[in-house]
Amino acid sequence: MNVIFLLIAASTVVAGIFLAAFVWAVREGQYDDDRSPAVRMLHDPVPPVKQVAPTPNPSAKERGLTKINAR
Amino acid sequence: MMERFQYDNRIVKDFLFVTILWGVVGMLVGLIAAIQLVVPEFNLASWFSFGRLRPLHTNAVIFAFVGNGIFAGVYYSLQRLLKTRMFSDVLGNIHFWGWQLIIVAAAVTLPLGMTTGKEYAELEWPIDILITLVWVVFGINMFGTILKRRERHLYVAIWFYIATWVTVAMLHIVNSIELPISMTKSYSWYAGVQDALVQWWYGHNAVAFFLTTPYLGLMYYFLPKAANRPVYSYKLSIIHFWALIFLYIWAGPHHLLYSALPEWAQSLGTVFSIMLIAPSWGGMLNGLLTLRGAWDRVREDPVLKFFVVAVTCYGMATLEGPLLSLKSINAIAHYTDWIIAHVHIGGIGWNGFMAFGMIYWLVPRLYGTQLFSKKLANVHFWLGTLGIIFYAVPLYFAGFFQSMMWKQFTPDGYLVYANFLDTLLQIRTAYWLRVLGGSIYIVGVFVMVYNVWRTVAAGRLIANEEAEAPPLEKMTIATESGHWHRWIERRPVQMLVLSLLVVGIGGVLELVPTFLVKSNVPTISSVKPYTPLELHGRDIYVREGCYTCHSQMVRPFRSETERYGEYAKAGEFVYDHPFQWGSKRTGPDLLRVGGKYSHSWHYYHMFDPTSMSPGSLMPAYTHLYDAVLDTSNTRDKINAMITLGVPYAADFPAQANKDLVMQSAAIAAGLKKDGIEALSDREIIALIAYLQRMGTDIKAKTPVATLQTR
Repeated sequence: MNVIFLLIAASTVVAGIFLAAFVWAVREGQYDDDRSPAVRMLHDPVPPVKQVAPTPNPSAKERGLTKINAR
Repeated sequence: MMERFQYDNRIVKDFLFVTILWGVVGMLVGLIAAIQLVVPEFNLASWFSFGRLRPLHTNAVIFAFVGNGIFAGVYYSLQRLLKTRMFSDVLGNIHFWGWQLIIVAAAVTLPLGMTTGKEYAELEWPIDILITLVWVVFGINMFGTILKRRERHLYVAIWFYIATWVTVAMLHIVNSIELPISMTKSYSWYAGVQDALVQWWYGHNAVAFFLTTPYLGLMYYFLPKAANRPVYSYKLSIIHFWALIFLYIWAGPHHLLYSALPEWAQSLGTVFSIMLIAPSWGGMLNGLLTLRGAWDRVREDPVLKFFVVAVTCYGMATLEGPLLSLKSINAIAHYTDWIIAHVHIGGIGWNGFMAFGMIYWLVPRLYGTQLFSKKLANVHFWLGTLGIIFYAVPLYFAGFFQSMMWKQFTPDGYLVYANFLDTLLQIRTAYWLRVLGGSIYIVGVFVMVYNVWRTVAAGRLIANEEAEAPPLEKMTIATESGHWHRWIERRPVQMLVLSLLVVGIGGVLELVPTFLVKSNVPTISSVKPYTPLELHGRDIYVREGCYTCHSQMVRPFRSETERYGEYAKAGEFVYDHPFQWGSKRTGPDLLRVGGKYSHSWHYYHMFDPTSMSPGSLMPAYTHLYDAVLDTSNTRDKINAMITLGVPYAADFPAQANKDLVMQSAAIAAGLKKDGIEALSDREIIALIAYLQRMGTDIKAKTPVATLQTR
C-alpha cells in the first residue's frame, strides 16, 4: 500500500513545478485593469423592448429592478 | 452584433425553495437535539435520540441548507457574470434532483443508525458515491458554462466557486475511502491517528470550502449587487482569494491539539491557522468597506442588514478560529460548548444570514415583483440577530466555566469536581438559553417563509429571463498587457488545475509524512486487535453516535490524567477503523473507561443512566436490551479488518463467532454474580464488552479474560 504514497510524493514534485510556473506568471505580470470588472458586474443590460420569446410579466420585473437599484 | 439569449431562473427558484425547506427542517432537528441535551426523556426512541439526530442536524444544515443555498446563488450569478445560460438544463435538473435524493437518503439512514462515525462525513458509502456523481454533474455544468461564456473575464466570485468545486471533490473522495461489508456498513480505510488526520483535514476544509469559499463568492456577487456599488478593492479580492485557498488546507490539525497526533503536525496546524487571519479579514473588510459611504442604505434595506451582520459574524468567527488554534486557548476551549458557540456564529450568523439576504434579494427578482413586506423582513432580521446572541453568549460562558471546573484542584491536589456530572449540571441554564436562542432564530425563519410565500403569490415566475450580450471575441494580443491575474482568469481549465495543485500541495505535504514515517505511530506490543464481540460492540458505539458526546482522547494535562487516567498514545488506536476521538464532551471521556466500573454498573447505567448517576442527562438505551446481536456478519467484519491490516490469525474468521459466544457467555455469567439475569445474545452485552476493553491494553493489569486473537 505504501507505493501509493510514493505516487503522491511524485505528484507533489510535479505540483511544485506548476506552482513555480504560477509564481513566474505572477512576477511576470503587471496590473492595470483591476477596477472595471468590479463595476462591470453591476450591469445586467436589459434587452430592448422587442420580445423574442413571450415571457410572463417582464415589465413588472423591470419595475422591481429599477425601483431597488434606483439609488 | 448582440446575441440574444435567456437566463434560466427556474433552476435558481428550485434551489432557492429547497434551501428554505431544508433550512427549516435542519434547524428544527437542531432545536430538538438542543432540547434533548437538557431533557433526556425527550430521546423518545432509538432513532429519535441525540446521538443519531445530531449527525442529521449537522448534515442537514451544512449540505442541505447551506449546500442548496450555494447552488441557488451559483446558478443565478454564474449565468449573469458570464452572460450566458447555464451549460445544460438537463444537467441542472439531474444536479437538483440528485442532491435532494442524497438529502432524503441522509434523513432516512442517519436516524436508522447507518453511519460511518466520522463527523460531517457520516453518510454511508452508497450515498458517498451518489454525492460524488452529483458533484461531478455540477462540475460539468459549471465548467461547461464557463467554457461557453460571452464574458472573457472571470469575476472574483467565479474563482471562489471553482476552488469550492475542486477542493470539495478532493476532500470528499479522500476522506470517504472505506471498505464496505454490506450496503449499509463500511469501515474507514484509515485507522486511529491517520484516520483522525484525514478526517479533520476533511472536516476543517469542509468548513473552509463548503461554508466559506462558496459563500465568499456569493458575497462578492450579491453584496455589490444589493448595494449597487462595486466591491471595495478588486485587487484585494484577488490576493485574499489565493492566500485563503493556499493557507486553509493546512489548518486541519488544529482540531487535534494535545491529541495523540504528532507534535509537528499540530504546530503546522496552529501556524497556518494564525496566518489565516490575514486573508479571512481581507474578505471581511472588502465586504464591509464595499458599503463605505452607503451606510445610510443599510438602515433601510433589510438585505444589506443581513449581509452586514453575516460578514461581521464571518470576521468574528475567523478571528476566533485562529485564537482557538493557539494551544493555550485550545486547552481551555476544546471539548466544551465554546466550540459549539463558535461554529454557530459561523453557521447561523455567516451562512444563515448570507442565505437569508440572498433569498430576500432573489425572490422578488425571480418573480418580477416587490418583496411582500419589508417590515417583516426587518422583524426576521432582529429575531435572527437576537437568536444568534441568545444562542452563542450563554454557550461561551458555559464552555469557559465548565472547562475551569474540569481543571480546578483543591489545595490538597484533588479535583474539586471529581464527578463529571457536577460540571454539566452547573451549565444547564445555559443549555436552556441555547434552546431559547435557537427557538427565536427559527421563529424568524418562519417569518421569512411567510414573507416569501406572499411575495411569490403576488408575482409570477420569470422562468426564462431575456438578456443580450456580444459574443466572445477571439483572443487578441491583449493577453500580454493587462493585469497579471488576467492570464489565469482567461483560462478556466488551467485555473482548475492550478487550484487543485495549490490545495493539493498543502494536503499532500501534511498527510504523506504521517503515513510514511513509522515513528509517528509508536508500536505498542501490548495493543491487540479487538475480539469479535468487542468489534460488534464498537460498531454499536458508532451506530448510536456515542462520539457526539464522549471523547476517547485523554490529553496530557494533570486535570485529565487525574480524572480519566493515563493520557492517550498514538499507538493505542492502530486498530480503530474509524477512530472515535470525538470533539465534544457532554459526557466524560471514555478512553480509560475499561475496567473502571463493573459489568452490572454498565448494565444498569445503559438501561437508565440516572440509576447510576442521579441527574444524568444521558439518554437511556433500552433498545439494546431487546435487540439480538446480529452475528451473521461477524466473519465479514473480521475479514474486512484483516484486509485493512489488522493482524488476526488466518483461521480466525472461521471461528470468530465461537469466540464471540464464549466471551458473551462470560459477561452474562459475570452479570449473574451481581444478580442480573441477562441474555447473552443481546446487543448490550457486546457494548459492555467494548466499553470494558477500552483503553485497557496499556494498563498494567489485564482486564476481562478474552480469547487470544493471534
